[in-house]
Amino acid sequence: MGEAIAFYTISAFILGFAVLVVTARDTVHSILFLVADFLFVAALYVLLHAEFLAVIQLLVYAGGIVVLYLFVVMLVNLKRPAEDYKDPRRRSALGFGLAAAILAELAAIGAWSYTTPPHVVAESASTAMPFTGNTEQVGWLLYTSYLIPFEIASMLLLVAMIGAIILAKREL
Amino acid sequence: MVLSAALFIIGVIGVMVRRNIIIIFMSIELILNAVNINLVAYSYQMHHVVGQVFAIFVIAVAAAEAAVGLGIILAFYRNKETVNIDEMNLMRW
Repeated sequence: MGEAIAFYTISAFILGFAVLVVTARDTVHSILFLVADFLFVAALYVLLHAEFLAVIQLLVYAGGIVVLYLFVVMLVNLKRPAEDYKDPRRRSALGFGLAAAILAELAAIGAWSYTTPPHVVAESASTAMPFTGNTEQVGWLLYTSYLIPFEIASMLLLVAMIGAIILAKREL
Repeated sequence: MVLSAALFIIGVIGVMVRRNIIIIFMSIELILNAVNINLVAYSYQMHHVVGQVFAIFVIAVAAAEAAVGLGIILAFYRNKETVNIDEMNLMRW
């Protein structure tokens, strides 16, 4: 019961802050709402017994990415409002139509998978982990079954770091 | 699941209606967060941590995307003095 109350409270905060992120006029306000949103998502992870991921969320998102956004907003000091100019040839109606089509498709898939019984779901759902504790479990999987994706992810991060440095250099 | 879908839709709406590219990037972060919530929720429901491992990969990709994307924004701003996507029409025919 208490868990349900906590879940709905956190969900309400997450959605509210997400709406504020999208609707805020000032970019800096938007970023601060984004921080609050990330914090509540981390709280949700704790509620879902994913403590390691909650810590990663705090460190990477609230600590790293948001600081990056703030730096960019600071460097891009706008002399005029960002959203004054509106392209007269922008095809908003077409975009919204396509998005509505995709949404309808997703809803159809959801309804279909809800009505058909799940026969292949959760085959390996109850394999016992050799350790207890969330961080140990995640680390165990990450370094055994998912070692190669892990290394590829590290290579991706390295490439992204070098690319960002080269892109942000004043002149090559 | 409903929370994740709602957060995803808010992010998509943000991508579509805002014209400030920084806010569009933040909306993309919201979308990726929605995906992560979904992965963790299923991981919790099925008592298996593979979903959390995938969520870690999603976070890594999101960090890389944010770094490169913001680098592109900086380079573009230095050339064109704007962050409005309707003015980014260099490749328009």
